[in-house]
Amino acid sequence: MALLEIRNVSRRFGDLKALDDVSLSIEAGEFFTLVGPSGCGKTTLLRIIAGFDEPDGGELLLDGRPLAGIPPEKRPVHTVFQSYALFPHLTVAQNVAFPLEMAGTGHAEIRRRLDEALGLVDLADKARQFPHELSGGQKQRVALARSLINKPRLLLLDEPLAALDAKLREQIQGELIALQREVGITFVFVTHSQQEALALSHRIAVMNKGRLEQIGAPQEIYGYPRNRFVADFIGTVNLLPVEVREVAADHLRLFAVGLGEIVGASAVDARPGERGALALRPEQIRIVARGEAQALENHFHGVVRDHLYLGDVTVYKIALDNGVVLEALLANSLPGPASFLERGEPVDVAWRLAAGVFLHD
Amino acid sequence: MTERRSARHAGGPGESLTRWLVSLPPTLFLLVFFLAPALLMLGASFREPGDFGGLAPARQDGQWNLSLETYRFFFGDWIYAEIFLRSFLVAAATTLLCLVLAYPLALAIARSARRHRDLLVLLVILPFASNFLIRIYAWIIVLGPADLLYSPFAVIAGMVYVHLPFMILPLYTNLEKHDPALLEAAQDLGADTWTRFRRITLPLSLPGIWAGSALVFIPVLGMFAIPELLGGTGDILVGNLIKEQFLESRDWPLGATLSILLTIAVLLLAGISAWAGRPRRSSP
Repeated sequence: MALLEIRNVSRRFGDLKALDDVSLSIEAGEFFTLVGPSGCGKTTLLRIIAGFDEPDGGELLLDGRPLAGIPPEKRPVHTVFQSYALFPHLTVAQNVAFPLEMAGTGHAEIRRRLDEALGLVDLADKARQFPHELSGGQKQRVALARSLINKPRLLLLDEPLAALDAKLREQIQGELIALQREVGITFVFVTHSQQEALALSHRIAVMNKGRLEQIGAPQEIYGYPRNRFVADFIGTVNLLPVEVREVAADHLRLFAVGLGEIVGASAVDARPGERGALALRPEQIRIVARGEAQALENHFHGVVRDHLYLGDVTVYKIALDNGVVLEALLANSLPGPASFLERGEPVDVAWRLAAGVFLHD
Repeated sequence: MTERRSARHAGGPGESLTRWLVSLPPTLFLLVFFLAPALLMLGASFREPGDFGGLAPARQDGQWNLSLETYRFFFGDWIYAEIFLRSFLVAAATTLLCLVLAYPLALAIARSARRHRDLLVLLVILPFASNFLIRIYAWIIVLGPADLLYSPFAVIAGMVYVHLPFMILPLYTNLEKHDPALLEAAQDLGADTWTRFRRITLPLSLPGIWAGSALVFIPVLGMFAIPELLGGTGDILVGNLIKEQFLESRDWPLGATLSILLTIAVLLLAGISAWAGRPRRSSP
């Protein structure tokens, strides 16, 4: 049995469908991420799980029991708010002990668990300080300790890294993964950052306009996006307009105007004659010298249009013969200063059969 | 955060000059309109009353004409201390009633939809649009037929009525700034409605409570119009006593002494409350 079962949940605000028939289940011990652009319904879903909002339709089951009608203070679910929402008039220790105090935990037990929780987030020396005396990262850890101290069944995190700068965010991502593994509590994490979703999660649910677009492990979502939205939202993708020629058991035979035949990964629901797009990740495309022999299934001529040097990799824009411009990555793996392909230089691009994923229009 | 805070303390000479210039007008204002009159009053309290009101010359026939007579008079008769005490009790009761009435109202305004708040605040200050005395006379019309006029009840009712906005506004200003996420966090962590109020809203609103209480308590202490119009003969307060010395009895030195003692008492009280309400670091 899943820890949290969300069944056909809908929520409407006036004419806006914030959630449209959303169903998913979250397993115990999972690091589950809801990702999508702002306004996609991910925060609404989080507030419904926490109990701050009720769905118009559908139901939620926690450990098999319906959550409807149970107020937030009675749910074994805690939230880490985006603003952290630390109580400014209470010390770090008083903040962290708050949920235990609410639960009527004894004094000695509070003291013991407090030491444990502050140790867990490495804040034992800050116990008597007030929130305004802490840095952003420390506040974040206080909020985490406060939400974890009485061991909720589910921890909801509402964009908790959004207020931190890039370097600190990366560090805290690592800490979050380690923390979740250590406490074993199920995390439901909300973010608009696809990078965060990929880095942190066991499973990701991509949401758009109140609907679930795709649920799966990060590598499934990234490698096999189900539609254009997911392909485009998660990572960078090249979309090549194609028409299906033949559906074989282990591949698709496609046709692109001005290029000719392309072979792509098999897709059981594709129909011959159907139009769509071939999704190609930039790092899957190889750039080689014109005329160099290639063992890869797809092989086309192109011309270098432009490049963007990012340090570890260089992003090239390559114009194909039919005018479509592909982005391709070249890792700067040779020692010494990077050298670049000249603009206008004729090159070849090639990719494996399995690298191209067919998406319906 | 840390950098920003330290930068603010490390202001250069330009910044300290700016700060000095900015604080100059209010400092001058306080010197001219508070300290100078207070010193004049202090001086007047040691002098003799003039034959037809006012003050007798301080130096007459080569002799200083100063005494502690008024102070001896004040401390020699229990009646003055009693009026002081009664005034403080009335002020305390008024403040408490204002607080009890104003808090729910301020909270309701602070939690109402943002677009309604300005209108509701306007309604709170609307009574100021009509004259103070007219509003007190209105109370005479209201209380008269009910046979409640000229009683301590009437005095306190009038005081509460007049001073209620001074309690509502600072409370509202404070409560309106509370981050709603704090209450959601408290609820999320297991606090019911009453606990959220007791543990979050109330302690965070203490500065507003102190400000409102000061704005009600201090003017009530000096108020003479309301006890005079709504109170009985036994309901006179310090304000009436002082006014009487200056206008009816023409004993300016005694009036000045009463004023000075009242000011000292208020300052003492303000000091004590500031000390009691100082931020403290409590143990977990």
